[in-house]
Amino acid sequence: MPAVVVAVLVFTAFYLGFRLYSRYLAEKVYRLDPNFVTPAHELKDGVDYVPTNKHVLFGHHFTSVAGAAPIVGPAIAVYWGWLPAMLWVVFGAIFAAGVHDTGALVTSVRNKGQNIGTLSGSVISSRARSLFLIILFFLLTLVNAVFAAVMATLFIANPAAVIPAVAVIPIAIAVGQRVYRSRSPALIPSLIGLVVLYIMIPVGQLYPVSVDDLAALAGLSPKTTWILLIFLYTWFASRLPVWMLLQPRDYINSHQLFVALGLIFCGVLAGFDTINAPAVNTHIAADSPSWFPFLFITIACGAISGFHSLVASGTTSKQLDKETDARYVGYLGALGEGSLALGAILATTAGIGTAAVWNEKYVDFGTASSGAVGNFVGGVGHFVSHLGIPPELGAIFASVVVITFAGTTMDTGVRLQRYIFQEVGELIGARWLARNVTLATTAGVAAPLALALAPGGGEQGFAFGRLWQLFGTTNQLTAGLTLAVVAVWTAARRCNPVAPLIPLVFLLFMTVYALFLNLVTFYTQRDWLLLSLDSIILVLSVWLLVEAIVAFNRLRRASRAQAVPVER
Amino acid sequence: MPPDLPRLYRRIEAFHDELFTAPWRSALQREANRQQDALLAMLFLEALGVPNPASYYTLELYPEMVEAFHQWHRRMGLERFPEIGFCC
Repeated sequence: MPAVVVAVLVFTAFYLGFRLYSRYLAEKVYRLDPNFVTPAHELKDGVDYVPTNKHVLFGHHFTSVAGAAPIVGPAIAVYWGWLPAMLWVVFGAIFAAGVHDTGALVTSVRNKGQNIGTLSGSVISSRARSLFLIILFFLLTLVNAVFAAVMATLFIANPAAVIPAVAVIPIAIAVGQRVYRSRSPALIPSLIGLVVLYIMIPVGQLYPVSVDDLAALAGLSPKTTWILLIFLYTWFASRLPVWMLLQPRDYINSHQLFVALGLIFCGVLAGFDTINAPAVNTHIAADSPSWFPFLFITIACGAISGFHSLVASGTTSKQLDKETDARYVGYLGALGEGSLALGAILATTAGIGTAAVWNEKYVDFGTASSGAVGNFVGGVGHFVSHLGIPPELGAIFASVVVITFAGTTMDTGVRLQRYIFQEVGELIGARWLARNVTLATTAGVAAPLALALAPGGGEQGFAFGRLWQLFGTTNQLTAGLTLAVVAVWTAARRCNPVAPLIPLVFLLFMTVYALFLNLVTFYTQRDWLLLSLDSIILVLSVWLLVEAIVAFNRLRRASRAQAVPVER
Repeated sequence: MPPDLPRLYRRIEAFHDELFTAPWRSALQREANRQQDALLAMLFLEALGVPNPASYYTLELYPEMVEAFHQWHRRMGLERFPEIGFCC
């Protein structure tokens, strides 16, 4: 089937989802009120609380939620065939992510812009807040570990991407300083920054950078060497003030996201490539996991992602001009990330070459996992070749996009880990940890580094695929917690909570089932590290399930006693 | 009628600024506020009931900072400052 036909069908489904289902959510489930005074107006301070035009706010929200994860997950999951991956992205985005993102946004707006962690404490129970913090800790540890492995893989597969990926740092700082020093519009400096970055792509092709000699000198593998270098960079980057490096890098990434999406879909349209991968892969290797339930945790971002609730309740809810804008910003943000996942699926199924080539690259789950990102960048290179850009340059461009997205996420992740260690230090009275930024940062780096370097961790494809799935489970647990908060809050307002309850039950079932199957696998493989991690996440899942049931029972009892919490 | 290109460019420029640059400027403002808040907390320690060993030196800054003080205590969550006659 031509990729462009699939793309048109998916976009039509997204359009219908937005027109019909999001309207149902807005009117019947969340009962959005255009006259409600949002926190952006009530607490307006010109910094965090700023009433913002809905189109602009959608741009802010979308660029914050979209990253490397909706690319990596689908690029692995097409192993089971493009159809299951595509269907999960479409139905997940429409019936789960849209409900989740809009719900998180509205619940936060109705509670003075509180974030989802605080809301879980006030809406469910104080224990749920602790649960949220623990899930967040594991989410950050796993995301930093898997993204370091992804970046290392790309640096080894595409040594030409090293120079442009590193050049992003001085370019971001230079553009950032320009924006900081001048109050004039930033369009021209930003365009110059992007042009300089893209000039670095052919420069990188002329001077590819390899760490093979350094690795041989240190007696390490190139991948381990890259992982160590990446964490060393992250250690330093996360110590710098946010405005100096992280924010300008994010700024460049926001531009890159739109450039990448534009190039991928223009390439799909211009090339009219056929999908060569099987719709459903019937040649699953005996040692590879089954699509049920692993598809639903391999693709987290792109179908439904708990990370979105952190953005929706952390920043977007403070800028919503009218409550009714939540439908446009939240629901379309979810569909936007679905579009990025669609691009990844098409690149790894239509942009990859003949059916024989695809079968070779996706021969088993291990090969599929280790080569997933490489397959994506190769696919993008093929798509952009239809626009007159050499495929090698297109592949380097796609590598740079994934590397910079992952690098920025790691910078944020390690920074947040540092805060968590410092908070824990305060809580247990360990001032030596709470007051020592260097030590807290080192602890924040050590946990994911140990995971990335654990035997088989980032080195072998199979283990990477399992690590990615563990990351997916923590992401889905965060989404589950958010959906539980939204469902309880919706029921407390005497609205029908079925819309958030269905994805909540579905996600919890799939996550617990996948964790249980992985538990058995890790035990038989005697992989004690992943077994311990899996067990902890499984306990957290059961804890979440119990909290959700207790909260609903409490609500039911209160409802019977006619003492329903006051509507907020 | 030929398109008004300069006007179109200005609109694109303004949209770009709103979309990409505004969040960054907010982050800068947030950082500036954080530093300002830390400075004010140190200057007005005694107003908060905490002995300030440097008050002899910071006293002369009070007139300069009193305008910012009102904004500061509101940012810190105190709609009205509890000490009567000190601020609002």
